[in-house]
Amino acid sequence: MSTAAQADPAAPAGSASPLAHRRPLGDRVFQILAAAAGVLVLVILALIAISTSQQASSWFSTEGWKIFTVDWNPATNSFGAMSFVYGTVITAAIAIILSVPVSVAVALLLTEVVPQRWARPIVYVVDLLAVVPSVVWGLWGILVFAPWLFHIYTSIASGVKGIPVLDALFGQPVSGASFFTCGIILAFMITPIVTSLSREVFATVPAIDKEGAYALGATRLEMIRGAVWPHSQGGVVGAVLLGLGRAMGETIAAALVIGSSPVITSHLFAAGYDMPAVIANQFGEASGEFRAALIGLGVMLFVITIVINLIARGVVERSARRKRGA
Amino acid sequence: MAAMDQPAVDLREPAGWRRSKNRIATSLMVLAFVFVLIPLGFVLFTVIAKGASAISWSFLTGGPIPPNVVPIGIGGMWPAIYGTLVITGLAAVIAVPLGVLGAIYVNEYGGRGALAQVVRFMSDVMTGVPSIVMGLFIFSIWVLHFGYSGLAGAFALACLMLPVVIRSSEEMLKLVPDPLREASYALGATKSRVTLTVVLPAAIGGIVSGALLAIARAAGETAPLLFTILTVTATNANVFKGANTALSTQIFTNATQPYLGAQARAWGAALTLIAIAFILMIVARLVTARFTRYSR
Amino acid sequence: MDSPEQNIVASAQLPKPAALQDTPQDAFATSTGTSIFDAKGISIYYGSFRAVTDVSLTIYENEITAFIGPSGCGKTTVLRTLNRLNDLIPEARVEGEVHYRGANLYGSGVSPIAVRRRIGMVFQKPNPFPKSIYDNVAYGPRINGIRNKGKLDEIVERSLRQAALWDEVKNRLNKSGLSLSGGQAQRLCIARTLAVEPDVVLMDEPASALDPIATGKIEDLMHEIKSQYTIVIVTHNMQQATRVSDRTAFYSVLVNPDSDTRTGTLVEYGSTQQIFEDPQDPRTQAYVTGRMG
Repeated sequence: MSTAAQADPAAPAGSASPLAHRRPLGDRVFQILAAAAGVLVLVILALIAISTSQQASSWFSTEGWKIFTVDWNPATNSFGAMSFVYGTVITAAIAIILSVPVSVAVALLLTEVVPQRWARPIVYVVDLLAVVPSVVWGLWGILVFAPWLFHIYTSIASGVKGIPVLDALFGQPVSGASFFTCGIILAFMITPIVTSLSREVFATVPAIDKEGAYALGATRLEMIRGAVWPHSQGGVVGAVLLGLGRAMGETIAAALVIGSSPVITSHLFAAGYDMPAVIANQFGEASGEFRAALIGLGVMLFVITIVINLIARGVVERSARRKRGA
Repeated sequence: MAAMDQPAVDLREPAGWRRSKNRIATSLMVLAFVFVLIPLGFVLFTVIAKGASAISWSFLTGGPIPPNVVPIGIGGMWPAIYGTLVITGLAAVIAVPLGVLGAIYVNEYGGRGALAQVVRFMSDVMTGVPSIVMGLFIFSIWVLHFGYSGLAGAFALACLMLPVVIRSSEEMLKLVPDPLREASYALGATKSRVTLTVVLPAAIGGIVSGALLAIARAAGETAPLLFTILTVTATNANVFKGANTALSTQIFTNATQPYLGAQARAWGAALTLIAIAFILMIVARLVTARFTRYSR
Repeated sequence: MDSPEQNIVASAQLPKPAALQDTPQDAFATSTGTSIFDAKGISIYYGSFRAVTDVSLTIYENEITAFIGPSGCGKTTVLRTLNRLNDLIPEARVEGEVHYRGANLYGSGVSPIAVRRRIGMVFQKPNPFPKSIYDNVAYGPRINGIRNKGKLDEIVERSLRQAALWDEVKNRLNKSGLSLSGGQAQRLCIARTLAVEPDVVLMDEPASALDPIATGKIEDLMHEIKSQYTIVIVTHNMQQATRVSDRTAFYSVLVNPDSDTRTGTLVEYGSTQQIFEDPQDPRTQAYVTGRMG
């Protein structure tokens, strides 16, 4: 990594070649710039935490523990956050339940079933899902998808009326905009990521393990269960967690289709709210403590997604280490 | 096993249930892919169908953006198109060089050092920070002091793009084979010279392609802009001062309007936005295809 | 050096290295004379590249047959043809006929899964699944429908005993298969293969990644099980071939001068004693006396 150590033999004798003993200034400056760019990431993350918490501090100090109540009413200056936390968790859970089986199945399709030549075009198609911007998902969601889903919701709701658990979950649709609609659209949005990460995981299974399973007379499904899955468990869990984090932070599509109603209810077809959506929808008219509360929700979201990300990377690291070490 | 000479060995398919389970599994996997195709097709079809009827030359080049009650045909989306292009472009100018430099640090200089590991790890973590948080961050740290502007929006988008560019550039730099570097060192080059004249050109195809994909994602972002540019309806050529607008925020404000004119404008803007993202994606693939031929 | 022709005449006078004088004590002791594999004029292609040409031989029941030869001469390719593992490579193609117990191995309607259930394989690098030792061995029987815990226990113990691994692992069957040493892991893979009670066991250089002691254990194992199984082993190690095998097939490479490609082919096939003490083809002689390869 160092430069020429001896004096330039072509230089006239006695001239002090700048290459003689020190690294040239330009080289050192470049290294410093590069390091600064890298450290910038850490600086930005720290600044995010500090500046947003500071803006939200009046909310934390005024509400104190009341943050964890459901009572959100700007008119009466009460800003309890629980209905939004609930909405974030529920919609993300729906998204994961719907998306993960599909994403893992498509990832397996690409790595184990489809011949190499067809894999590329299929990957392009899945990646196209990611090209659709969040606001377009929201636009389509609220103007086209939600009204269509409303008919389905009402049929299901009338169908399960009276059945104990089901009618608590699937009753009372008011319009198409609801927790469930939001969950479905989030599922569409996180599928490309979970698929792509799962694919990477499945691709690292050594071919010799797969051949070992086939050599025992296994069908492809049996080979996947015997050789691919044990190798991939940790990685897939990590991929799912990253998808979860993404679903929780998704703002605009949620803001448009979730129904904008801060309630906690078991009814998945009811209108609800979640953290990023309320921030987006109400920030424009907010000031003072209201605004501090919204920024505070942003801080909560930041912390939650960072924690999920850390856990996800931890899980992936641990399973990779176990495979190497054992 | 008993000795047999005649062809009495049964080499046909194993027991039916094993074959069926395998076939069912394969069908489920294909079905999953169909489940992916359906919403994709649905969205694209709707956007193209509804958007195409709204798009016209005057839509794309006209302005300002009229109030919601006005039907389609008057005014246009140019202010928003201009805003998207300029703000995203500015964000790219900020984020891409910084991101590539950061990747160079992590891959070429950092090695196994603790700082490089931390930077790499935190870049990964930063890719998971929701875009709305970036918007709130720039609001807190810039807008409150300097007001709304396209520049603030560019900062927010740049924060989103930075970790993505770092990670994708790092992957590309890793692919450059060491013998290439060693040959350059052996000729007496300094590390910065090796990096800039040998390593970077070798990886440039992949780096550009990764950057284009990050730009495509940023162009579609709405949340960070909501808190930084404060959507307006007329073109603001000065991106450093005063509120601005973009396609994504326009779609957002129009999406909840009951007026058909506003909705039509939203569809038109959506089609335009998808077209921009799509073009960037195609260019990215072309760059990859063209440059991998040389650098492998 | 002498020309090849002179050496054929002089071969009887060449001193034999001590190791080459050992022929397996139980050579042909278990052989039943039934033909298991019958290959006629096999050529194997990867796309348009001909990797192996014109291989014809017969493998007999309850014998150990060794495939020897220099690197790249197609021994492993031919071996993998016998359990249709080359099917996993999309561009691979076999021409000619291979019969297994009279049935055409590549006939229409033949299921590779059924083939591999009967013709097992042990690989050069041990490849235990990232599961427990018990689950590794039980994998084969389980996919064949055996669920009863008692029966599985029985099969696992029997297979591990046959692979001479039972005593070493009987108290830690639920430890990961990845925690075993190289030699143990390879015996685990052998146990796993034997658990489905195949007809034939193919071995692709099973001991090349192992130390001499582990190698010895594997060779002893082969002698133990050959009364129940037919074994075909690919090996780089000539001494190993003379220690374990009843018959030996010597492969070599034909270099195509125009395209500079190398195609493998079967040069000579006979009893191990004959191949090493009285090779007919000059190439065989050059190889077994150590002058090439």
